[in-house]
Amino acid sequence: MHVSIRNLHKSFGAVHANNDICVEFAAGQIHGILGENGAGKSTLMKLLSGVYRPDSGTILINDVLVQLGTPRRAIEAGIGMVAQDPVDVPVFSVIDNIACGIHMPATHQLQSIIVEWCDRLGFQFSPETSIRSLTVGQRQQVEIVRLLIAGSDVLILDEPTTGITANQIQALFSALRTIVATGKTVLFVTHKLDEVAALCDTVTVLRAGMMVGVQRAMPMSQAEMIEAMFGTLSPHAHVPVVRESYTAARWILNDVSFHEHMLHVGPINYAIPQGAIIGLAGLEGSGQRPFMQLLSGLRKPTQGVIHYDDAPFAYDHPDVVWLPADRLTEGIIGDMSLVEHIRLLRDVLLGGEVSPQQKAKQLISDYAIKATPDMPLRQLSGGNQQRAMLALIPDHVTGIVLEHPTRGLDAVSARAIWQRLQERRSRGATVVFFSADLDEILQYADFVIVFFAGALSRIIPRAQVSEAQLAALIGGVGFDEVHP
Amino acid sequence: MIVSIRNHMATLIAFIVALLIAGILLLTSGSDALQAFAILFWGALTTPGRIADMVMLMSPLLLCAIGLSISFAAGQYNLGIEGQMTVGGIAAMGVLRFYVQGDAPYVYWLLALVMGMIAGMLWALLVASLKRYTHVSEIFAGLGLNFVALGAALYLVFGPWKRPGVASMSGTEPLAEILWLPTLPATRLAWITPLIACVVLVIIWRILRHSQWGLQVRACGLSPQASMRMGIPATLRTFQAMAMCGALAGLAGALQILGVYHALVPNVASGIGLMGLLVALLVRADIRFVPVVAFFFAVITSGSIQLPLSLSIDSSISGVLQGLIVLAILVSRAVRKEGQS
Repeated sequence: MHVSIRNLHKSFGAVHANNDICVEFAAGQIHGILGENGAGKSTLMKLLSGVYRPDSGTILINDVLVQLGTPRRAIEAGIGMVAQDPVDVPVFSVIDNIACGIHMPATHQLQSIIVEWCDRLGFQFSPETSIRSLTVGQRQQVEIVRLLIAGSDVLILDEPTTGITANQIQALFSALRTIVATGKTVLFVTHKLDEVAALCDTVTVLRAGMMVGVQRAMPMSQAEMIEAMFGTLSPHAHVPVVRESYTAARWILNDVSFHEHMLHVGPINYAIPQGAIIGLAGLEGSGQRPFMQLLSGLRKPTQGVIHYDDAPFAYDHPDVVWLPADRLTEGIIGDMSLVEHIRLLRDVLLGGEVSPQQKAKQLISDYAIKATPDMPLRQLSGGNQQRAMLALIPDHVTGIVLEHPTRGLDAVSARAIWQRLQERRSRGATVVFFSADLDEILQYADFVIVFFAGALSRIIPRAQVSEAQLAALIGGVGFDEVHP
Repeated sequence: MIVSIRNHMATLIAFIVALLIAGILLLTSGSDALQAFAILFWGALTTPGRIADMVMLMSPLLLCAIGLSISFAAGQYNLGIEGQMTVGGIAAMGVLRFYVQGDAPYVYWLLALVMGMIAGMLWALLVASLKRYTHVSEIFAGLGLNFVALGAALYLVFGPWKRPGVASMSGTEPLAEILWLPTLPATRLAWITPLIACVVLVIIWRILRHSQWGLQVRACGLSPQASMRMGIPATLRTFQAMAMCGALAGLAGALQILGVYHALVPNVASGIGLMGLLVALLVRADIRFVPVVAFFFAVITSGSIQLPLSLSIDSSISGVLQGLIVLAILVSRAVRKEGQS
């Protein structure tokens, strides 16, 4: 089936998530959709699969105008989406999962249809097995079979190779080739460049909600793809790097392994230095968040030992704080004021004579927070909430772990936040942060660790890596060289 | 300020809407709605005896609603409150059965109240543990344990503790009269109960509003993740809040045995815990409003008792009205929230 997208727009508030997308997806081909986090890939796929309604623009299937708008209508129009995390009913059997979504003939007929599809695509699961006992890769296969039986002519796969084994990736690729050989269309959303090279017939790159150029036929060099994804890489204005070597370690990780959902990481070994800023680079979901939770003591490693300042590291370490990106759910209590937060943390924040009210006033002026002491923090702007969160870090803290420290903040606020963090560093604290913004990492980190699909690089001094190299590493290009 | 006035206006409008719906219900059943409302809102306050009855209902209601305000502040919907009252009553009765003629009743009163509180507390801690360690929602754990407590009371009333010769739904053998809590002259009201409720109200209000403990409990209720991140012992605070709620419910149950039923009856809680839930839902853990709402609910509930006699309307209309008020106010809140976001 041939899909044409003409002048598609979709905004969420001030964010123009899809800006004038015009692209054709020809039948019988696998089309790669490439872009970094927030580029608009998911929005486009959700518009196609009916999860969102476009603000304007049209979608044509085989040159016929269609109004999608609900998942049901998209399925009826022949568009099916395999989500990144399996959305199925785990207690059901394979056959029940497939049967519950579609108008189907009798069970025995359906059974033979499933077996037939499995044979054709090289999948190995029996219709009777319960979904629970299948691996993530097999559940994905069930989803594909389900959509094909439901009559999908366009299959969308969103980051389908995350968390499945190399063999399953091979099985998936050959199945997808079989599927397009029958004239169906596959849209393959990914950020892994080698997969695009290995599988796709065309590639469409999105950046900041817009298409970069037009759809291109493969092959295309990795350098070209990186340039399209991250923009023209300017010879970056180098920020003086404060530290390149270090004497003492803060966190020491010995053979540490951990996992989250489908992602297994480790064993890894690190000595994370004292008095330095460490930037974690990589696309979201590559293992940074569980890694940071590990360093914050919010998560235990499945294996291995962590030491902090030469002592065993335990949950709830008083010298470490974690500043999550989702400030209002995980960071601060939106309905409470700065004074109330200070009272909550009285034991670690207040010494001697100072009253919570006085302390609040002092923090407000020290950190330039635009708020009154008694204002619920929910009413503050994002930048001020972030500053409040920083202000509430007790002085004795030596390890600060942050997720997206300046996301949603304007340039001035972002600089103010970093000034505070740099002050902390010069007083000996170690700052570990993850940011989706490469520039932020390049500008502020002394050392960089790159995450790629659950694999971690060694600790790379900032001066040894250029913007272009970092962009390539995030896409998995040349990752073997920095693998510890 | 403007927001606050608007909120109060919206609450008032919701209240009026609830009254209108109840009025229409009354009219369609062929009753005189105005007269019915007059009795509902004023009937309980006409004679000293009726006022005393109203206070008799309001006191355990206050205790439950205060307890629930603590658990709601901690983000725990303790629907097990009725069960916690029941086991409080059972524990109190367990103490009182040891009374021997000639002993001082004070000792037994104190012991019965303390044991009632402990029993209620343990029952609530069971709910909290089920939630923390087996991930059973406190709502279902609480509801389930309500049935267990009711079953235990029934078993005792009809089994080991039954009256000599006859087992009756009306309860065990009544307590010796010297164990009954003293009443105000010419009423059935054991005056100590409202006194205890008021003292508890003041104490808990101070703790919740002005102590760091109270602040931490509220923080855990508002955002458990953020509280944990800041190093607040969230699990401990949740358990403590549930324990306090259970203890107050157990206290209410014990007081019902000592001051109202003078025996163990199967239905110790008699819906007071559930009414307490409605009160707590309305005040949203802001304990200052608990007495106001509890008073109002007690007034219409005891006023409604006169309806069958004077207007041949079933007294259950008070329950309907309470439900409608809660529903209308919750809807108005939800609508406002929707409007803000």
